[in-house]
Amino acid sequence: MEVPYTVKPRPDTGLYNAKIGVWLFLASEVMLFGALFSSYILLRMGASTWYVGSEKLSVPIGTFNTMVLIVSSVTVVMSWAALRMNDLKKYKMYMGLTILLGLVFLLVKVLFEYIPKIEHHDVPSTHNFYAIYFVLTGLHAIHVIGGLVLNAYLWGPGAKMWETEPERFTNRIEVAGLYWHFVDIVWIFLFPTIYLL
Amino acid sequence: MDSTPDIKKEINLYIKVFGTLAVLTVLTVAAAYLDVGIGLAVIIAMIIATTKGSLVASFFMHLAHEKKLIYLMLVITLVFLLSLFFITFGTIGDQVGVEIVPEGVSSGVH
Repeated sequence: MEVPYTVKPRPDTGLYNAKIGVWLFLASEVMLFGALFSSYILLRMGASTWYVGSEKLSVPIGTFNTMVLIVSSVTVVMSWAALRMNDLKKYKMYMGLTILLGLVFLLVKVLFEYIPKIEHHDVPSTHNFYAIYFVLTGLHAIHVIGGLVLNAYLWGPGAKMWETEPERFTNRIEVAGLYWHFVDIVWIFLFPTIYLL
Repeated sequence: MDSTPDIKKEINLYIKVFGTLAVLTVLTVAAAYLDVGIGLAVIIAMIIATTKGSLVASFFMHLAHEKKLIYLMLVITLVFLLSLFFITFGTIGDQVGVEIVPEGVSSGVH
């Protein structure tokens, strides 16, 4: 059975189904991160003492990773633009760069943040600051990993769809990009909240 | 497929948005070192973060030119998110700075 509205928009919504699906998913993600952000505010407002993020975390590393994610947002949207110009080679280059940047983000996080902190016993049981730091950045990192798996599939075996259903594949890249941008937006709020304030 | 000149215009826009995001990131870090007190620092940080998030959503996620149904979904999400925040703050609004420590549990503050 053929799945309807994978390419053409539904007449009633004006959108193809995957786009509605991914936006609904992102709406649920807003609530997930929103609940954790409100937990952070609750813990911080209710604490008699709290660490200043910039004194406990590395601002240069956080800034570097912010730039890495912003650049990856540009490369993923460029990969979509490349497909709309029928240029699969450029798509592969931009999507490959997106994957690489995602890996750089994770490696920097693990090697220069998580491991040194654990070695210094700056762990969730030390202080609520570290508890919220590890939960929020850890959940975000899981989302980056999820995005990397998806993007790697679309860069590799999933790209075969371009030969048979180019428009459907282009739409897949658009919705994968929407998810990746959302992950970037979460970090845009996480960075000042946790690292700077 | 869209026409190539239109897409090239979009690409130029993406690059301009990237430049703005980079400048705003530097501003975020610089603003954090201003000696303005935590209240104002939070407001400044959130204004810059919201501006950056809006740029990504409007141009990279194409929300500037999206269908009404998407806007409706996002408005409903925003209402739920703000309700969640207000309910949370409402429970502690009169107890700011009073530590919440369940009985028999260490706060972990050293």
